[in-house]
Amino acid sequence: MARAALPGRLTWREATVTGERWETPSARTLILDVPDWPGHLPGQHVDVRLTAPDGYRAQRSYSIASGWSPTAKTVELTVQRVADGEVSPYLADTIEVGEQLELRGPVGGWFVWRETQPAPVLLIAGGSGVVPLMAMIRARAEAKAKQPFRLIYSVRTPADACYADELARRVRDDPGLDVRWVYTRTPPAKRIDVATINSYGWPADFTPDCYVCGPTTFVETAADILVALGHDPKRIRTERFGGTS
Amino acid sequence: MNPLDGNALAGDLRELFAVDVTVARYTCAGCGHADAVATLLLWGHGMGQVARCPHCSDVVLRMVHAPDRVFLDLRGSVRLELPLAGS
Repeated sequence: MARAALPGRLTWREATVTGERWETPSARTLILDVPDWPGHLPGQHVDVRLTAPDGYRAQRSYSIASGWSPTAKTVELTVQRVADGEVSPYLADTIEVGEQLELRGPVGGWFVWRETQPAPVLLIAGGSGVVPLMAMIRARAEAKAKQPFRLIYSVRTPADACYADELARRVRDDPGLDVRWVYTRTPPAKRIDVATINSYGWPADFTPDCYVCGPTTFVETAADILVALGHDPKRIRTERFGGTS
Repeated sequence: MNPLDGNALAGDLRELFAVDVTVARYTCAGCGHADAVATLLLWGHGMGQVARCPHCSDVVLRMVHAPDRVFLDLRGSVRLELPLAGS
């Protein structure tokens, strides 16, 4: 980039892929080494930019999947392949360990969880919307925070679930974490609904901090249900992804 | 195409401003609704982005990237309210 890096101004930098992990047949986690990474809050994202040989550029936002500690110097992104997408097939299938990509971040200070927030936490994930919520679960564990977390994770089938083994292990070892699965394509197929959020979320009286991430219709449905159940809209934070990248 | 939301503007705005504008509270010029910039509904990506008020769907913010400059149109927002550092 020709532009001088002004202090306080965000610029693009080169990250190196140092490892990979398939979460499902269509979602791969890239482990990135980013020089001078300043650390991040769970829920933040990065922008990734790809440049074609003819100069054409495509840019997308990806949530950070990993928590942050000064000892773990890497940043993890979990990328769900979108079949007709411009960027995700490259990140999910093509880029190899040792190669570089252009990245900007961490950014986004609104859809984040801080360990100083005392309230219980309700996380509601639709599909790959689980990624920033997983970062919150991991960050809570790394900080040994005591706020109880509940995750409601809606996904097509068990085979489409990211982090299933890790979540099972964390639930087994940590009485402060619960996970409720909702399968939309496996009998008895169901969608996220009032009964599920009422039964497996926190009561509104507990004034939990709620985070909802997923496709737009999922996010709007879940947020509407939370408000209808009496949750304070100021405590509901949402992040949508378009499913078109 | 489904919309994204204002969260996805964080990188483009942070490239221009020293603070994270997505946590700012906008007040919609159309309906007076006020909420975080992160909650705006975001259409388009790449060269042109339009962020609409989730309450009345009026355009609150427009951002256009030309090869050598950025155009940021905020006429749909009466004001932005930002927390100061340390507050």
